[in-house]
Amino acid sequence: MTDTTLNPAAVAPAKVVRRDIGLKRRYAAERRFKIYGITAIAIGLFFLVALLYSVISNGYTAFWQTEVSLSVKLDEKVIDPTNKRATDPTVLLTANYPILVRNALAEKLGVSLDDKPAIRELSKLVSDGSRSQLRELVSGNPALIGTTQNLWVLTGGDIDSAFKGQIDLSVDQANRKVSDRQVAWMNTLAKEGAMAQRFNSGLFTFGASSRPETSGLGVALIGSLYMMLIVLCLSLPIGVAASIYLEEYAKKSRLTDIIEVNINNLAAVPSIVFGLLGLAVFINFFGLPRSASLVGGLVLTLMTLPTIIIATRAALRAVPPSIRSAALGIGASKTQMVFHHVLPLAAPGILTGTIIGLAHALGETAPLLLIGMVAFVANYPVTPLDPSTALPVQIYMWANEAERAFVERTSGAIIVLLLFLAVMNIGAIILRRRFERRW
Amino acid sequence: MNKLISTTALIAISVIATTVGASARDQIQVSGSSTVLPYAKIVAEAFGETFPKFKTPVVESGGSGAGIKEFCKGVGENTIDIANASRPIKDTELKSCVDAGVKDVEEIRIGYDGIVFATDIKGPDWALEPKDVYTALAAQVVVDGKLVANPNTKWNQVNPKLPDWDIAAYIPGEKHGTREVFEEKLMTGGCKATGAADAIKAAGLDEKAAAAACIAVRKDGKAIDIDGDYPETLARIDANKTGVGVFGLAFYENNADKLKVATVNGIKPSTETIATGKYPVSRPLFFYVKKAHLGVIPGLKEYVDFFLADQMVGPDSPLVEYGLVAAPDAEREAQRSAFAAGKTMAGK
Repeated sequence: MTDTTLNPAAVAPAKVVRRDIGLKRRYAAERRFKIYGITAIAIGLFFLVALLYSVISNGYTAFWQTEVSLSVKLDEKVIDPTNKRATDPTVLLTANYPILVRNALAEKLGVSLDDKPAIRELSKLVSDGSRSQLRELVSGNPALIGTTQNLWVLTGGDIDSAFKGQIDLSVDQANRKVSDRQVAWMNTLAKEGAMAQRFNSGLFTFGASSRPETSGLGVALIGSLYMMLIVLCLSLPIGVAASIYLEEYAKKSRLTDIIEVNINNLAAVPSIVFGLLGLAVFINFFGLPRSASLVGGLVLTLMTLPTIIIATRAALRAVPPSIRSAALGIGASKTQMVFHHVLPLAAPGILTGTIIGLAHALGETAPLLLIGMVAFVANYPVTPLDPSTALPVQIYMWANEAERAFVERTSGAIIVLLLFLAVMNIGAIILRRRFERRW
Repeated sequence: MNKLISTTALIAISVIATTVGASARDQIQVSGSSTVLPYAKIVAEAFGETFPKFKTPVVESGGSGAGIKEFCKGVGENTIDIANASRPIKDTELKSCVDAGVKDVEEIRIGYDGIVFATDIKGPDWALEPKDVYTALAAQVVVDGKLVANPNTKWNQVNPKLPDWDIAAYIPGEKHGTREVFEEKLMTGGCKATGAADAIKAAGLDEKAAAAACIAVRKDGKAIDIDGDYPETLARIDANKTGVGVFGLAFYENNADKLKVATVNGIKPSTETIATGKYPVSRPLFFYVKKAHLGVIPGLKEYVDFFLADQMVGPDSPLVEYGLVAAPDAEREAQRSAFAAGKTMAGK
């Protein structure tokens, strides 16, 4: 008995000798932190997947558009009833082309042209955009008048939505935009293979339109392209010149400190402020035209400059002083040192910063609102002075439309914008991987 | 390399700067109400297709107030030609126009827009009256002859005929022109009908303060301001199946497979009931033209004429098909002759 009571006491001091270094607690803390980290990443990934899912599931259908195949008789009596086209070229431009398409459709479905209510419903099956399609065809080649042409014609926006199953056809027909008769025609045409979904090239070429089926990103793409060119041509040289001066030439003084603080502040200024500035300076003071991509580009340049200056200064600072000393040591002037040695070594960092700044500018809408670029623009801009819109602006405009067919277009445009951003960011990563040097 | 970029940029800027001075604007510029925007877009597009020699007008959206402000900046190529508005121009706005040199403004009424209440398509039928709207959404209501903070939480407390739903109404935010119509036709009307107007006056407020108290909406989260456009309201109704939203008639008609419309005073909103004035909640839509720009900006006169033609705003026109309520024949004719005569608002 005494042994057993003594024994634990004898063992215990041996245990006490081992110092408590909190190993268990520290391992637990590490595990906990890992779990926190994984949770944080999982939350982020979840939202990213949710965003992509909702955009892609809503938007992929926008890349296909319902069209109907018709043999349209280009009747001279309809296009040019008074036979004046030789003297008056506007005849071919203003002719009543939709009638031709409607008649072709009526013939195909066996609907009498005298049945006015049926013809009214029938004419909504095809888009009014057939007007410009036929106009281009006929005015491009007037010899076609009198012949019969097999054409794929766009269907109306509501029919397109119904064909894609985006309109609930189970509700009463008074409560939807397509009637039962139109659905029956649609199904007949689909069975014959005359109505089908084809690749929607119009999404990339059409300008803005009040009809969903003929509205596209054409004007917005050109507008965005012009603005990116202007931003690149202005902000890169100005930004790089400013950073080189501040980093390599300017003496550290109170003034340069103030400039540095201001540049960092500007990078965080809300973009709408730049829009107000653009309105006041470029439009009201310099008298540049409203809605022009030139003004948009100038405003976005102001917005991108701080980003580029900060990135460039960081890249210049990362070039080791030994390079500078070596260049000066073998007799290079300061300017030679900068332009022959420091700048080329800093170039990958500068380019990465520029691309990130450009990507940021590409996705900006707020400053464009005030300079009149959130607008309905149907004509292609020829120069940067013509009215145009931008990709994110088009997304915003479409999101506010009432028609169902604009829902998929909104998401489709988001996909296009995301692809552009992804390409630009991948470009930045490749540049960094390829050319970055570590010392 | 760097030198090359900066010199090309400099050349580009100087070329652009010189062309700016030389080029005259050949495109009509329109701005203003987002309610009028869809109609203006349809007309602009048809205008561009019908008159190949003119470019399609550029139509901005930013709200009636912002559009009129831009319109009143002055006369000249760098200012817009037309401001769309979902409410008449205010006297103060007109004065700022005149002060800035825009002396002759022509007002043009294009038609009417109905404002409807709608719920999810699967909900029960709704029959509203202005007094129900007031009792459900006002900040203060009369209970037992006394003015108290709105105690109602369910629609059937407001009117036993309405369903047993928590009150959740998505109404247009303060910046919308629609909000003014909502306040004027429903809140003020309901205020009088429920006797709250008298109670408010009895509390010793002057005319102006009493009118403001009548249209004050409750701030406890049951009436939700939507500052975006109607698609946002639709999304809210989608998420909350027992919510009630305020929409324009045109938006409702385009989404009638998702929404069920409520009657007001027993009248179902439609283009017919609004045109005859039976459905009470409607408003005229306008646009304002700068007279000084007529004949200077190519196509401006033709655009306004085209807009006013029966083929655009008549009873059987694309705008009516989209949801505009056409003005009566005589009124359309009056608008056309007033524009032809060049009648301006300068008399105000």
